[in-house]
Order: sequence, then C-alpha cells, then structure tokens
Amino acid sequence: MTRIPLRPLATILDARKKGSDPDAIERRHTSQRHDAMQTEMKGMAEGRLLVLMFMFLCAFGVISARMGLLAGSEAAEPRVAAGGHEILAQRADIVDREGRVLATNIETHSLYAQPQEMIEPERSAKELVKIFPELELERLNKDFGGKRKFVWIKKKISPEQKQLVHDIGEPGLLFGPREARLYPNGKMASHVLGGTNFGREGVHAAEVIGIAGVEKTFDTYLRNPANGTAPLQLSLDMTVQTAVERVLYGGMKLMNAKGAASILMDVHTGEVISVVSLPDFDPNDRPVAPTEGSPDDSPLFNRALQGVYELGSTFKVFTIAQAIDLRLVNQNTMINTRGPLKWGKHRIRDFHNYGNTLDVETVLTKSSNIGTARIAQMIGAKRQKAFLGALGMLETTAIEMPEASGGKPLVPKNWSEISTMTISYGHGLSTTPMHLAAAYAAIANGGRKVTPTLVKQSAPNYGPQVLSPQVAKLMQGMMRKVVTDGTASFGEVAGYSVGGKTGTADKPKPRGGYYKDKVISTFASVFPTNKPRYVLIVTLDEPEVFTYGEKRRSAGWTAVPVAAELINRVAPLLGLRPEIEQGKLAGITLTSN
Amino acid sequence: MRTIIVLLTALCVIGSAFWAYHENYKTQEAYSQSDRLQRDIGDARARLAVLRAEWAYLNRPDRLRELAELNYERIGLLPLAPEHFGAVDEVGYPAAVDEIEFDLDGSVAVSSDGASQ
Repeated sequence: MTRIPLRPLATILDARKKGSDPDAIERRHTSQRHDAMQTEMKGMAEGRLLVLMFMFLCAFGVISARMGLLAGSEAAEPRVAAGGHEILAQRADIVDREGRVLATNIETHSLYAQPQEMIEPERSAKELVKIFPELELERLNKDFGGKRKFVWIKKKISPEQKQLVHDIGEPGLLFGPREARLYPNGKMASHVLGGTNFGREGVHAAEVIGIAGVEKTFDTYLRNPANGTAPLQLSLDMTVQTAVERVLYGGMKLMNAKGAASILMDVHTGEVISVVSLPDFDPNDRPVAPTEGSPDDSPLFNRALQGVYELGSTFKVFTIAQAIDLRLVNQNTMINTRGPLKWGKHRIRDFHNYGNTLDVETVLTKSSNIGTARIAQMIGAKRQKAFLGALGMLETTAIEMPEASGGKPLVPKNWSEISTMTISYGHGLSTTPMHLAAAYAAIANGGRKVTPTLVKQSAPNYGPQVLSPQVAKLMQGMMRKVVTDGTASFGEVAGYSVGGKTGTADKPKPRGGYYKDKVISTFASVFPTNKPRYVLIVTLDEPEVFTYGEKRRSAGWTAVPVAAELINRVAPLLGLRPEIEQGKLAGITLTSN
Repeated sequence: MRTIIVLLTALCVIGSAFWAYHENYKTQEAYSQSDRLQRDIGDARARLAVLRAEWAYLNRPDRLRELAELNYERIGLLPLAPEHFGAVDEVGYPAAVDEIEFDLDGSVAVSSDGASQ
C-alpha cells in the first residue's frame, strides 16, 4: 500500500501557485487516512466475531450432540470397577449331609408357536402329535388356524424332543430357554424334596418356585442369588434313605399294609437322617393333588408328618417315665391290673389277661392298658398334659416342611380323667410319627427335648430338660426289656441292642367309632440302648399277616420285624459297629402283642 | 519468556490429553476382556452344572443297585451288613520282614574297566 503524505510537496506548491489554502489539502488527506484505518479495524473486528461464533457453534454442537446421544442411548451406570463374581440366576442345589446332589437344575426348552409365521400348520400339528402323544390334534389345528399370534405348546421338552421338533422344519415353531429342576434320584426322598413349578413365565425365562417340601420352605433361600453356588445341605443321608425306602417297601408288601412311614432321627441333634412315607411319587413329575376321596390315599400324603394317628401303646413309655420321675412309683411297684377296668360307661381291657397285679416294668413290657391307666390316675390330667406339652406332643412339629402344619395333634377338648387314662396308653390323643420320634429322642438322649430338623446341624441341639437323666436311663433299660422279653421280641437284631415299644391302635372311622379290623401298628425304637444315638419309628397302615394259623395285626408281628430288618440294614451304614451284648438272656419268648 | 511458558503449557495439555485418551481405551479394553472372561466362567459353570447333574443321575441309587446286581458274579457287591465289620487283627497283613537279606548266590561280578574306550 502506498502511503500518501499528508502534505505532498507537489500539490502544496501547486496550490500556493493557484493561491488556495494548502491546509485544506492536509485535512482532506487526514480524513482519507482515517477512513482507511476505520475500514481495516472494522474488518478485523468482524473476523474476530466470526472466529468466536465458530467456537461457540462447535462447543454447543458438541454439547447438543452428546445430549442427543445420551437421550437416544440406553441408560448405563458408569462403571467404576470390573464385575466381580457373576450372579447366578439359578436356583441353588439341594444336597444331602454328605454333599450328594438331591436336586439340581438343567437347561431345557419350552416350545411355542407363532401361527402367522407357519408355512404348513396342518402338517406341523400332525408331526407334533407324533412327538408328543398327549397333545390333541384338533386343539392344535384350532390354535394354529385361528387368529392367535402366540401359542404355548409344551412348557418343558427334552433335548431329544427338541431335535425332533427341529426336524419338522417349521419356522413358526420356536423354543425358549427354560431352567428346569431335576431330581436325579427319582422317587428318593420325594416327600421331603416336594417339588417345583413354573411361576411367572415369559418367552425367554420362567420363574421356578417351590410348591411343597423343603423346596417351598426354603424357597427364598434357594432363589436368593446372593448365596452364589452354596447349596442347601439337608440332614438326610442318601444311602440310608435309599436303604430304608427299599426295606420299608418290602416290609409294607409283606405285611399287606396299604401305607407305611418311618423316621430315623439323631437323638442329640434332632437331625432327621431319613424320613419315608409310602406310597411315594416322582418329584420330577409330581402328581396333581386329589380333589376327592381321603387325602391319605394320594401318594402326595406324607404319613410321617401329616398322618395324625392315635399311636397306641407307644405312649405308655411317657406315662411310666413321668410317674417314675414324679416318684409316684418305681419300676418294682406292684400295680393292680385286674380287668376290665370300669370308668363310667367306659371299659378298659388288656389284650391278654395278665392276672391281678404286675410290677411297673412288666406293665410296660407286656403292654398292659389297665396298669398304665391306673398309673395315669396317680399322675392326674394336669401334670400329664404339662409333660406331654413339654415333650412337644401338643403342638405342630417345628420341622422345616410346609406339610408339618397339617400335622397338628388332635387333643381332647376336655382333658378329663377318662381322657388321662386313655391317653396314657395312646388313645384319645392323635399325633404324627414325627412327634413320637422327637419325644422318644428326648428319652434316648437323657431327658432333653430336641427339635426335629431337616437341616444339617454341626452340634447337639438340646432344648430344656424334661426328664431327669436317671429316669431316662431307666426307661432305656425298660425299653430294652420290651425287646428282650416283652412284646417286641422280633425286634432283636444280632449285634445291636435295640429297645423300644410297640403300639397297635384301631383306626378311627371317618364318622366316629373304630374299625374292628383296621389298625395302625407302630414300633418306636431306640438303638443302641447302651448309648442311644438313633430313634427309629416305623408305622404300618392297615397291616395284616397270616402267621401260625391266625390273622395278626398287632405291632409285634408287623411293625417290629420290619423295624428289625431296617436296623440290621441301616446301622452298619450309619457306621455303628455291631457289639456282642453282655448278659444276654438265654431263652427268648415269643409273644403276640 | 512468556511465549515459552505458554508454549510449554500448551504442550503439557496436549500431552496429558493424549495420555488420558490412551488410558481410556486401555481401560475399556480391560473391561471388555474381563466381561469376556466372566462370560466364559459363566459358560463353564453352566457346563459344570450339567455335568454334575448327569453324574448325579448316573449315580442314582436305583441304577447302581441294578448294576451291582447285574454284575454280581464279577464284582460280588452286597449290601453292607453287620457281619461285614471285622477287627483290625483279622486283617491279613503281609508277614513282617525283620531284616532285608540279599541273596548273593549266583551273583555276577561287574567291573567298569575299559569303560572309557
């Protein structure tokens, strides 16, 4: 740019010649120069504004783009750390006391159809019926031909069935993943495990919920993902449970019984090592609950926990234990057993006539109703009720099964003196075999109450002392006598000293009164009696055998031999070494009660 | 002097931005790797669960009993009974050997002469 001087010499001289004012020239030039400067400044300012504008545009652009991105994308928590243990969505396993699997999960599939996607609905329906014979062809045709857009076909199919459905080649048949509960041991411990069902269902997942047994009681625990892979450990022993089920089934068939139950309990911890109720079912394919008929005809009925029966003479042990504990009698006190014992319109009889008097020990070993009733009269209603209450016989058992609430004992409304007398030998008060097991465990462990449990315990679990240890010891000896020279002579097992008490109770009719030819026979046993560790209760429902020329239903001929075989089979499995008993009586007499 | 400080600061900013950018990508890579590993662990666990279920199914007592009965002649397995218990002194241990005696009869003399040749 050429710079023009404010007072160019040539122009000044020219102006002087002409006589005009040379200052005017200077002013003109000054103003021209100012104009140029102004234009330049304006341009610069505009440029700066443009740059600034561009910067703001960029900044706002970035912010709005980010906002748009955030709004458009799915929300995610900012990650501060890598994920730790992955949370298992699976239901926890159930294992036995040795860690063997009783219930676990497998992946299966559900089958559904989207009819609008189907190419050959009729052929597919035919093929499906071939694979799943329980499906109905008409029903499928109706579903596939109608307006429905979604049809469930099967909730659970095996991998083989899935392959067969694949082979149909129909694009409208689809699979959803399903986690299914598997009980690998089939019918074993079916009543304890109960069963599961699908809860809320979606295409891609379904809730598995427990509907019975421990699956229901521990449902929250089993479903809680926070437990990770920790299984639920039960007190059951799979080997023992299997052996007991097999022997008991054989016993039930031999004794022509319609049902049977057994409980094997640790007397110190209250752990149930085995609990069986026959007939049983397969929890993988749980039958539907019956809507009519007697509930105990269904295999779902758990006789050990829900069967509220009068358990007969097994109660005599409690009566005599209490009487000795209260120092009303000792084992040698003579009791009047002259029969029949009349009380109002009631008559109490014995199975045999045992003469006019018997000592307390023989009242138990020979199972005299009259003798026990007389002892109960000494105790009185109030004390008897308190003692049976302390043993837990008047409440539902605390065992962790929803079915246990159905086993509420039937207690007489008015606990009168005649009730006291009949309850003393096990009539008039109905309880479940589980109650009996817990009460016998209290006598076997030295008089401390135990709470039956299905969860593995690490230490003895004693409740309050309900009986003095000396009396408990005495009762163990007397129960041993019942086996050696009493009503349970078939209960002798070589190598193990078994003690117990038989009980035969007539079955009540649904409309009152008792059947003449239907009984519940029970044997409550404790072994080994020199240092009791286990209680075994065996109950047979309506047993009947034909031996030595007559039909026999009493526990000594039915439940006792079964229990003896059970102990013979199970004691080695429990790690009990057979012992040669000292001072064994030479001659064993067979009696029939 | 001022220009140098400004320049150095600018370089610092650029350098740290570059570093942060790299760290960000390395972290994301580590995250995705850990996710992959977790997924693998999950798959392995699922497989393990299936294998356990299968093992439990194959070892179910009914099946084992049937197998034991089928192969009774070969393996002779019986249910455990009280008479199977024995005392320790009934176990037929091999007779104790007091002193190890070497049988030196008929020994062969071995020498290493000429081994280097």
